[in-house]
Amino acid sequence: MSAPPVPVKALADTPFARFRDEFKTSPVAVAALGVVVLICFVALIAPLISPQNPYDLARLVLSDARRPPGYVGSGGFTHWLGTDAQGRDVLSAILYGLRISIQIGLIAGGIAFALGATLGAFAAYFGGRLEALIMRIIDLQLSFPAILLALVLAAVLGQGKWPLIAALVTAQYAYFARTAHGAASTERSKDYVDAALSTPLAASRVVFRHILPNCLPPLIVVATVQIANSIALEATLSFLGLGLPITEPSLGMLIANGFQYMLSGRYWISIYPGVALIVLIVAINLVGDQVRDQLNPRLKR
Amino acid sequence: MLGFVIQRLLQAFVVMLVISMLVFTGVYAVGNPIDVLISPDATQLIREQTIRAYGLDQPLWKQYLDFLGRLVRADFGRSFIFNMPVLDLIFSRLPATLELTLAAVLGATLLGVPLGMYAGYRPDGVAAKTIMAFSILGFSVPTFWIGLVLIFTFAVSLGWLPAGGRGATSTLFGVQWSFLTGDGLTHLLLPALNLSLFKFAMMVRLARAGTREIMLTDTVKFARAAGESEWTILSRHVLRLIAIPIVTVFGLEFGSTLAFAVVTETIFSWPGVGKLIIDSISTLDRPVMVAYLMLVAFFFIAINFTVDIAYAALDPRLRTRKAS
Repeated sequence: MSAPPVPVKALADTPFARFRDEFKTSPVAVAALGVVVLICFVALIAPLISPQNPYDLARLVLSDARRPPGYVGSGGFTHWLGTDAQGRDVLSAILYGLRISIQIGLIAGGIAFALGATLGAFAAYFGGRLEALIMRIIDLQLSFPAILLALVLAAVLGQGKWPLIAALVTAQYAYFARTAHGAASTERSKDYVDAALSTPLAASRVVFRHILPNCLPPLIVVATVQIANSIALEATLSFLGLGLPITEPSLGMLIANGFQYMLSGRYWISIYPGVALIVLIVAINLVGDQVRDQLNPRLKR
Repeated sequence: MLGFVIQRLLQAFVVMLVISMLVFTGVYAVGNPIDVLISPDATQLIREQTIRAYGLDQPLWKQYLDFLGRLVRADFGRSFIFNMPVLDLIFSRLPATLELTLAAVLGATLLGVPLGMYAGYRPDGVAAKTIMAFSILGFSVPTFWIGLVLIFTFAVSLGWLPAGGRGATSTLFGVQWSFLTGDGLTHLLLPALNLSLFKFAMMVRLARAGTREIMLTDTVKFARAAGESEWTILSRHVLRLIAIPIVTVFGLEFGSTLAFAVVTETIFSWPGVGKLIIDSISTLDRPVMVAYLMLVAFFFIAINFTVDIAYAALDPRLRTRKAS
């Protein structure tokens, strides 16, 4: 055998490396991150690995409909998780549904992040009446349950991907705005901001290049939670029939479609998409928990 | 203080006005209610009469002003579908939602607080870890999914409990209640359990955090020194000290539970207000949508107003700072 490894671990020198090393100390979080990465990867290559294209209605055979898991359909392959009411392979539908759910979660979370962080940071930067007005509106919005807001907006804006994303963003940007405002208010009073202000830099440059980067840690924590939330919210809205159109079912829509058959004992149409959804959301939340513990200075030992 | 109250009251009024505008124009944008109101084979004359009767031929701003005028007299119009005054419709559905929400919040508190206190009392035990794992699940798993699993397990597979509906009801104070009959109780159990899980998870966390903190204080040390049993310490001293934040959250969460009831009521076909709003969205019943949203907004603004006033009464600094 070769020489034993060096017993003293090399000191991490960048913030990211330090973060990574600390993250590794929690086996649960590492496992959860692995699950999230795996699910995202599987969703990404869904067209390559799924046995059937679930959106190609011409390929669906009605005599294959509502078959239990393990049934070998007319396509010549085994439906490991059964088929739904249209004869669609449930496994393929889940893989494609994951794609849509993750996509919506990331886009909605990303836009809410950008919008909320900008609004909150500018409110803290300018202060005065503008700040009071913006934060008053945001506090008011936060006092309403997000689900109700999203529900109403989805109903008003109609079905489709972009109306749904708009509803999710409206329901969620306020969380980012409040967090960014809190962090930016603290940064605003620090000397480096005064130093930046003494130079002829534009306000937007000071906010985006100097204040916002220092507000990132709490915002990242909110972002992990909110991405999981927007996936759950999208599923809930789709379940209630207010989300995506039925032609491209997300996980929530798949669950809703199988609901009526579940009462007659055909559990697989609803249960398996649900399991996929839960695993994804719980895994993201576990990663988020660890990130929050690491980025929260109050819990530092 | 009076100035502060008046200022907040004015603010709440302005917010209500803005919300009424948003709600009215928003709902106005959804679909065409004429198709819902008039059968396709009605004559042109009947069609025009109906449109005029509902004021649908007027411009939007005129319709809004009419709506405001009726609102002042607490008249939300008539439902297109049920053909009865909207307010009566909503109030006839309210008891169902109220009893579901109350059962859920009470259950979550009565179960969540003791379990959370235990988890905080012995944070490293296996039981505590199990309780916390459950609370993480309760936080992250969507309500509708838990509802489905409950239905599948207890109604479809085991056949112990009914899958939906309200069951037999009994009358008290002129209102129908489910919890007064045995059949109604079995119908109430699953939806209440479903609705309570999120609150349960939150109560567990609150109680655990509070208990952990208070177990380290001098209060507990002195109580132990005085020879009190652990049970007495937990039930007499710790519970009292963690009660204040729990009661606050209990009150605030009651409102959001009413909103979450939308999902639970849809899954369990519980005939409450939440199911009414989902149904009215899909049937384009505009007056019901508008009235529901206005009532919810009013409810939340009233809660916020009360909280603001209560905080200001307790903390004089808020009065001078925010009144400027």
